[in-house]
Amino acid sequence: MSQGNDASTTSPAYLPAGLPIPVPEADGLSAPFWNGLRENRVMVQHCAACGTFQHGPEWLCHRCHAFDPPFDEVAPRARIYSWERAWHPVHACLDGHGPYVVVVVELLDAPGVRMLGNLLGDPMTEVPIGAEVEGVFEHHADAKPPFTLLQWRLIDAARRRSPTR
Amino acid sequence: MTKRSLRGRVAIVGIGETTYYRHSQSPDAEFKLALKAVLAASKDAGIDPREIDGFASYSNDRTDPSRLSAALGTRELRSTTMQWGGGGGGSCGAIANGAAAITSGLADCVVAYRALAQGEFGRFGKAPTAPTIAGDMAYQAPYGVLSPGQKFAMKARRFMHEHGVKQEALRAIAMASYHHAQRNPRAVMYGKPLTEARYDDSRWIVEPFHLFDCCMENDGAAAVIMVPAERAKDFPNRPVYVLGAATGSDHRVGANAHNQPNYASSSFSTVAPHMFGMAGMGPKDVGVVQSYENFTGGVLMALAEHGFFKPEEANEFLQLENLLAPGGKMPLNTSGGNLAECYMHGFELVLEAVRQVRGTSTAQAPRNDVALVIGGPMVTPVSNLLLGSEATL
Repeated sequence: MSQGNDASTTSPAYLPAGLPIPVPEADGLSAPFWNGLRENRVMVQHCAACGTFQHGPEWLCHRCHAFDPPFDEVAPRARIYSWERAWHPVHACLDGHGPYVVVVVELLDAPGVRMLGNLLGDPMTEVPIGAEVEGVFEHHADAKPPFTLLQWRLIDAARRRSPTR
Repeated sequence: MTKRSLRGRVAIVGIGETTYYRHSQSPDAEFKLALKAVLAASKDAGIDPREIDGFASYSNDRTDPSRLSAALGTRELRSTTMQWGGGGGGSCGAIANGAAAITSGLADCVVAYRALAQGEFGRFGKAPTAPTIAGDMAYQAPYGVLSPGQKFAMKARRFMHEHGVKQEALRAIAMASYHHAQRNPRAVMYGKPLTEARYDDSRWIVEPFHLFDCCMENDGAAAVIMVPAERAKDFPNRPVYVLGAATGSDHRVGANAHNQPNYASSSFSTVAPHMFGMAGMGPKDVGVVQSYENFTGGVLMALAEHGFFKPEEANEFLQLENLLAPGGKMPLNTSGGNLAECYMHGFELVLEAVRQVRGTSTAQAPRNDVALVIGGPMVTPVSNLLLGSEATL
């Protein structure tokens, strides 16, 4: 299911450099998630005992209490659940940048799992709650430490799995 | 077994605060602000502050109770409680924990307090500048979700989307706070009224929040003194009793990365029924409401979750005239609250509820026997508090 590392699945940086770089906790709990993004893979905990999906990662499944739920790759396809357009810069690197859009999305193939990201494209575009989006990997290979963000963009009508709801 | 409850067991007999300042403007150190507030509350109660034997606070307040008790020269130190969690989610929890200490015999005279000097210690509304981030904020900060407003705007947006709530409902909440602040000389926004046009023209901070939907950041301190109900009449002020209180949040609200199942929520869906259950009351019994405005969207959801209106009735209910003292059907944030009196992390709302029950508010509600305080919507844990007069016991 892994996507190719081509222009259709990767994107340039949406926000200016200088925001905090995401890293796993010192105990490594979320390392499989962050490492997965670097390889264009969305890795979500998927309990081997009861099948529950869970994000962010935790040491046990919240439903059946099996420890160390394994990470499975899921398709980077989702639906917009909510959004915001941020204007006021609260970090020095955003001074003068202008508005940007953040979305909370629900993954199509991992029930109950939400992720955050920026909605790529014109930040002044109307954001349709319920619209289908696909994940795009934003690599920061030269950062120290290197990292990858998962961003989202609206899907053309012809490629949607189901109508917008 | 008797019902486990705080109802009628504890009385608030003293309140006090410092001058409220714009953020970073306090001439006093944070600890000194706390001392001033405790002394003001003691004076209001007519007690010797050396009698205080319990301390309660929240949000990792930096004012350590052992240092406070040493500075005040209290005869002894007994109960010390800190409500876990950030934001103003513990503003009522501090009262609940102090009241629980009194009810259980762990202390006889508790002061609950909050002190903030942001010039001394840094602001809430600015992002941390560390180069890397782990844990819950790692899923947010790299996407520009750094400040409390940016973390909560999407909850409010989802609620507004689900229930058709309009921007004008948020505007009415903001205007109620500003309206009441014009009658309150303590208020930082005293003399600075807000009009519909000024709200509409104000810049976006993060949609759906305009500038005036967001709380101020301030310096100051406030304190509340509690004693067992049996002693309530030994003090000069009309006693104000704890009728109910609750803390916490719904199922898995603490899930990282915006994964709480009940997303479009102020976190009060379970906490509100617990408080009303303890008090043996419901929203119709409440005459006046102080509801923590970190952002107006939190007030919107918190009022709905406390049963004042159904979500789909929000536009109709949240009209300015309904929210004003004395004529409105549910006077809201009658001191100006976090938006316009002072962002004392919501503790100013507890003091205002006490004033309402005493009958000494600058924007007095006519139905003032039962006053509600709602603390810190959208965080976890949150907390709430129902206060009442002797007639409600």
